[in-house]
Amino acid sequence: MIDPVQKIFRFQPDRSLYPETGADGKPVIRLDSGKFIKVWQGPNHPGVTGNMSLELTISGDEVVESKTHVGYLHRGFEKLFERRRYIQCFPTCIRMCVPEPDTNEYNLARGTEELAGIEVPETANWLRMLALEMARLQVLLRMVPGQAATMGLGLGAQWGMYFRELILDRFEELTGGRIYHMYILPGGVRGMMPDGFRERLGENLKKIDGFIKDIDKLIFHNAVFRKRTIGIGHIPADWVDHYGITGPVARAAGFKRDVRKDYPYLYYHQINFDYNIEHDSDVFARFLVRRKDLETTVDILRQIMAKMPEKGIIRAETPNVLHWRIPKGETYVRCESSRGEYGFYMVSDGSMYPRRINLRGPSYTHAVSVLERLLVNANISDISSIMVSLATCPPEIER
Amino acid sequence: MEQLLDRIIAGFEAADIEKRKDGQVFFTVPKPKVLPLINHLKMFEGFRNLILMTAVDWIEDNQFQITYLLNNPDTKTDLGIRTFIGRDGEGMDSIHELWGHAATFQREMKEMFGIGFPGSPRVDEPFLLEGWDDIPPMRREFDTKKYSEETYFPRPGRETHDPATYMKQKLYPND
Amino acid sequence: MPEDNVKYPAEDQSLSPVNRKRVVIGPEGEDILVDPLRDYYCTARPEPELPRQGIIEKFMNWARAESLWVLGFGTGCGSIEIPPLLSPRYDAYRFGVAMRPTPRQSSVIIISGYLSVKTLKRVIRSYEQMQNPKFVIALGSCTINGGMYWDSYNTINRLDHYIPVDVYIAGCMPRPEAILAGFNKLKQRIKEGRGEGANDYIKNLDWYKANQKKIIKDWNMPDYNW
Repeated sequence: MIDPVQKIFRFQPDRSLYPETGADGKPVIRLDSGKFIKVWQGPNHPGVTGNMSLELTISGDEVVESKTHVGYLHRGFEKLFERRRYIQCFPTCIRMCVPEPDTNEYNLARGTEELAGIEVPETANWLRMLALEMARLQVLLRMVPGQAATMGLGLGAQWGMYFRELILDRFEELTGGRIYHMYILPGGVRGMMPDGFRERLGENLKKIDGFIKDIDKLIFHNAVFRKRTIGIGHIPADWVDHYGITGPVARAAGFKRDVRKDYPYLYYHQINFDYNIEHDSDVFARFLVRRKDLETTVDILRQIMAKMPEKGIIRAETPNVLHWRIPKGETYVRCESSRGEYGFYMVSDGSMYPRRINLRGPSYTHAVSVLERLLVNANISDISSIMVSLATCPPEIER
Repeated sequence: MEQLLDRIIAGFEAADIEKRKDGQVFFTVPKPKVLPLINHLKMFEGFRNLILMTAVDWIEDNQFQITYLLNNPDTKTDLGIRTFIGRDGEGMDSIHELWGHAATFQREMKEMFGIGFPGSPRVDEPFLLEGWDDIPPMRREFDTKKYSEETYFPRPGRETHDPATYMKQKLYPND
Repeated sequence: MPEDNVKYPAEDQSLSPVNRKRVVIGPEGEDILVDPLRDYYCTARPEPELPRQGIIEKFMNWARAESLWVLGFGTGCGSIEIPPLLSPRYDAYRFGVAMRPTPRQSSVIIISGYLSVKTLKRVIRSYEQMQNPKFVIALGSCTINGGMYWDSYNTINRLDHYIPVDVYIAGCMPRPEAILAGFNKLKQRIKEGRGEGANDYIKNLDWYKANQKKIIKDWNMPDYNW
């Protein structure tokens, strides 16, 4: 709800007089009239998320037209997969999304297992859940305070970076890598938890509980932050299906969309958690959803640690991976990343090499079609906050 | 699900049905039936979410497979609609009016495969590549390794082994 | 674009409309000739700045080495390890390393990982806009020999063919400790007077430009971006 005081301070451009609208209902934009300026935000700009750019036409300090330009990170993964065997795809595929690489390897492993008909042992599935939730936690620890950093409140981001490091340390114990883990393989995972891992993770989660209270005090009760986020970047409910919006952005608009509950994978049906819903669908609501997600993730991690078996087989028998022929077929596998539904469409032609692996990430629509429309009539100082609230991640758009 | 499939088979000549898992079915329909089918599914069957739209190159059969993956958020079902078109410049009908993000998929397919979508907004603008002057890179006949070696000054010293023969030589050198 | 207050004189059709000469009618009705290629860019060829001699150069090099200002341009996946580097745990500030938002204020550019052709063009522009002396740190295996993407059609294999590199940091991705060690290595190099990348670039400008133009097919900027 928007209270009356905040309504006065809300940014409401008066578009009744200027710029003039043409016959098709769109504003008439003529750069030579001297009333419009074309500005490029990015790729070399601190206010964009990653290496992408926005071509903005502005009038005063309002955006009249926006175009997203991507391709600065295009590496041609989908072409490279055509030349790599299935096992060789694993170290390559995780680089498709840098902040949260585990969802890539999980999706690819699950797609391969579905096509080849492999059953994964129970302990391995629990370890996969552990890795996925830890990955989500480390992204959210960066993203939740990072929203305030777009408005100049960088302190929370520095704190969050410290707590993210704690989770990265646990990742290093579990997998050996800080950012890229290469932990999940077809048939299972690569290793068991080391001794004392549960206790150390438990201690870290206790610290993160305190951190959540701290950012509440620092950010959520901050008057400037509330004024600059409430009512900004509103996404109407009918856009959600029209643009294929998923994840926290859809949940902030009041939709019950969460792949973990809708299409249960691994053992999420044994875990007790709920949809985090908000209804205002502005930057603040999306932020609130992510903050609740942070608590939920900590809670899920505790439940996983309590329910996980101590010992067990962590990898199923697979054929020799160098000669592994996957039967012909196609499938679509999905899981919930921190940004929304993250899916792989895989086609196998019965040979040792995949025919096509296509990634559909949430940013594909959030950063291109939704952002282009959402930025119209926005103030230029709100652009980076809107972008971060949509959690646009360029490497998964262009692969 | 079964009734829905029966309706699709009867009304839209669906064939080659492949049930992958609970609530996920892939099937093939002929090209003229694709747009009516998608319209029907969106209007009357609740498949109001377009997850993805992509192309697969079957160079052996000289055709492209275009896959539309529709999702019904209420019944939690996915329908993968396949259709086949020729590889030699044959276009496909655009669905940009049904979904806001379909134009992005079509722009990428135009650039990566060279499949035309007449009428789709900004479809001819470059999306990922800049100043590309070769054939569209996702076509199977495009050799990325050869292109890279000719263009980007490979650093000498990289050795590539076929993993199978290399392991065989290592493990059984006398064979 | 339908403009009534813009006239195009006999124009060069090979140029894009943005770069063509045109006459703009000013607010009082006077004609203003605009030639974007001449008015907006400087086309002079750069010249090397030779180092000074003796103790002055040593002092200057010490000062340069102790305040490395890094351009905040995350060109690839390596940029995910830059924020932790500036957080209290690794604290790059104690080595005099700070992030700057614009090329004009920075002396170091970190190429964080693979470079696609589209980014390479922006990197060249940013690099040439930086003030002398300037240094390049290349992060990750992909800048050395292509790394994971050695056979990709859109990423370069060897960075040193396009801009001069001072320090390579291997790994995918390099840990923050490795990046700190790289900074120290760069400092050592500068203090020894070996940080002459900017002058090497200008001396071999023709070779670098030929390499750059080989892969950037739509070259629509001046030869040197002042």
